[in-house]
Amino acid sequence: MERRTLSILVRNHPGVLSHIAGLFARRAYNIESIAAGITEKPDVTRITIVVKGDERVIEQVVKQVRKLIDVIKVVELDYADSVTRELAIITVNCSKETRGEIIEISDVFNGTIVDMSEKTLTVQVVGNERQIKGIIKLLSFFGIEEMARTGLIALPYRSTRD
Amino acid sequence: MKKNGASIIIESLIQNGVNTVFGYPGGANIPIYDALYGHQGIRHILTRHEQGAIHAADGFARATGKLGVVFATSGPGATNLVTGLANAYMDSVPLVAITGQVPTHMIGNDSFQEADIYGITVPITKYNYLVKDVSKMGQIMAEAIHIATTGRPGPVLIDVPKDIQDMSAVYGKYDVRLPSYKPNVKGNTMQINEAIKAIDTARRPVIYAGGGIITSSAVKELVSLSRKGNIPVVLTLMALGSMPSEEDLNLGMVGMHGTKYANLAVRECDLLIAVGARFDDRVTGNPDNFAQDAKIIHIDIDPAEIGKIKQVEIPIVGDAKTVLGIIAEKVKSQPRKEWVEKIKKYKKDYPLKYKHSDKKVIKPQQVIEAVNDVIDGDAIFVTDVGQHQMWAAQYLKLKESRTFISSGGLGTMGFGFPASIGAVIGRPDKTVINITGDGSFQMTIQEMATAAHYKLPIKVVLINNGFLGMVRQWQQLFLGKRYSYTDLGESPDFVKIAEGYGVKGIKIEKPDEVKPAIEKALKHDGMVLLDFRVEREENVMPMIPAGGSIETIME
Repeated sequence: MERRTLSILVRNHPGVLSHIAGLFARRAYNIESIAAGITEKPDVTRITIVVKGDERVIEQVVKQVRKLIDVIKVVELDYADSVTRELAIITVNCSKETRGEIIEISDVFNGTIVDMSEKTLTVQVVGNERQIKGIIKLLSFFGIEEMARTGLIALPYRSTRD
Repeated sequence: MKKNGASIIIESLIQNGVNTVFGYPGGANIPIYDALYGHQGIRHILTRHEQGAIHAADGFARATGKLGVVFATSGPGATNLVTGLANAYMDSVPLVAITGQVPTHMIGNDSFQEADIYGITVPITKYNYLVKDVSKMGQIMAEAIHIATTGRPGPVLIDVPKDIQDMSAVYGKYDVRLPSYKPNVKGNTMQINEAIKAIDTARRPVIYAGGGIITSSAVKELVSLSRKGNIPVVLTLMALGSMPSEEDLNLGMVGMHGTKYANLAVRECDLLIAVGARFDDRVTGNPDNFAQDAKIIHIDIDPAEIGKIKQVEIPIVGDAKTVLGIIAEKVKSQPRKEWVEKIKKYKKDYPLKYKHSDKKVIKPQQVIEAVNDVIDGDAIFVTDVGQHQMWAAQYLKLKESRTFISSGGLGTMGFGFPASIGAVIGRPDKTVINITGDGSFQMTIQEMATAAHYKLPIKVVLINNGFLGMVRQWQQLFLGKRYSYTDLGESPDFVKIAEGYGVKGIKIEKPDEVKPAIEKALKHDGMVLLDFRVEREENVMPMIPAGGSIETIME
């Protein structure tokens, strides 16, 4: 099953997110990540959803979502042709001996150390899916204490098109 | 002019041509009922349960083609609407439900009679609102009615906190501007031309007509396409009545309890023209085997229906009437002699049949046939859900659309009787006959009080077998007669119950009493309950078991 990214523009009013999330839930489509935020227009929200499914399933999801009264536009974003970013904050166990190594890893992934205690380091990292996955994999060797991720947001590349 | 929220609701309804509302008052919608007090423009029908009210509004909408409207209070009043909303949603019935809610400042406090009806009804409404600002009340009413009645119709719920009903705002005229909601009516010309080409070259086409035919008033177009191209028509439960029963090419209902010839036609067709139908599992059985050799044209106003169950070669998003109209006009007139002969032969070889009674016990099918004899298609039939529903669907002779009303998608027992109330209120010119079972009827039996109070001349044909018959049938056929909790035991005295409610009741136990009883009921002015004690273990046949196909048909 492939992973697909849907970019959904909706009218910005209360309950809209639950309408959309509810539609996925009751039709048993599994949401991998969901992120919502306002756009350049104050009355429009962009919801980015990552779902897993084959082509037929995705086609049906898109049609059902498009049907919702508050949905203005649904597009499926091509991964290779889009800017995709996620923010993760990761608190990882560390000791005096491992601290340097963790900071090194963070640097490689353009991460920032945002908090430090005797036994932990908290790294903030922004990147595409591959980068987030990469840093999590490396940090997990030290033991991840806690983690929070925003879910993917995405926009199509314009530079190559215009 | 300034009006309070409650009055804005009433005025919006009137402005949109609504003059009938079904409902039940309570603590949180007192202002709405106060606005109704003595009001000349709206007739309010008080039922005995909110479920009765919403099914009545649903029956009203189906019988008239107009919007159904229901009022209920907060909490239990609102949750009692849930079944009715789901029912209307599954069958695409235009409905607006207006519920009272606890005052704004009390929402979320687990207040007395509070329920999150907005949240509860998200999956079973076309759209819903929680009104938080009285200045939006007029706009919301206009939008709600527009959404409920256009495109693929459906129920819309508006939850109105009590303080919003009391607060005032300016009420004017409202434009509905929903940038994200634009149902496509016309259909793509290129696709329509493709369809015409496919029909012209098909040797064995079949039209598979669904409830959308009735919703969009496409009856004339359907019949004309069928006659012009000599194309047999199979109907879903929701489409019954959309083609007169006596049309030669009408093969009646298709699917699990459809006629054998309808199912054979679908099995053998080389082109299936699906219109306003959604390939429900009660129709298709195993979808892979449904019309397996056919190219499929699918016409539907809801793009999400196309390709949902079956892959379709020619998808057309549009209104059934508009699209069928163009197709019917442009297709070639063709005799299709071989195909039509074959269909006629199937019709002759595999008629609906049942073992006639030995004169001692009434057969349920015989009751429906007697209704046909007496009524001759001149009535609105409203059914409940179960065996009686399938016998009605199989045996009733219908002449026009909106004369067969039944809960198709949700299969709601208890729907029929209150829906008959709505039907008779909406179409007082017609005889309204509720065909029901003893299981279904007892789910909303209290609405007899409503029928009695308003003197509604509904004729109830109760097919009483003392069983939850359809489940019993499955237990008999698939579980070795292990009748687990489907025997309702000794029947109550329905005649006495009817009399207790102030309506006439007649008990019929012998086959030769069947027809005279129906005649007597029709002559009587008011409501009559006909309690037909029928053969207890009669089955609905033919039957294609769930997930099966014509090869697995039981006769």
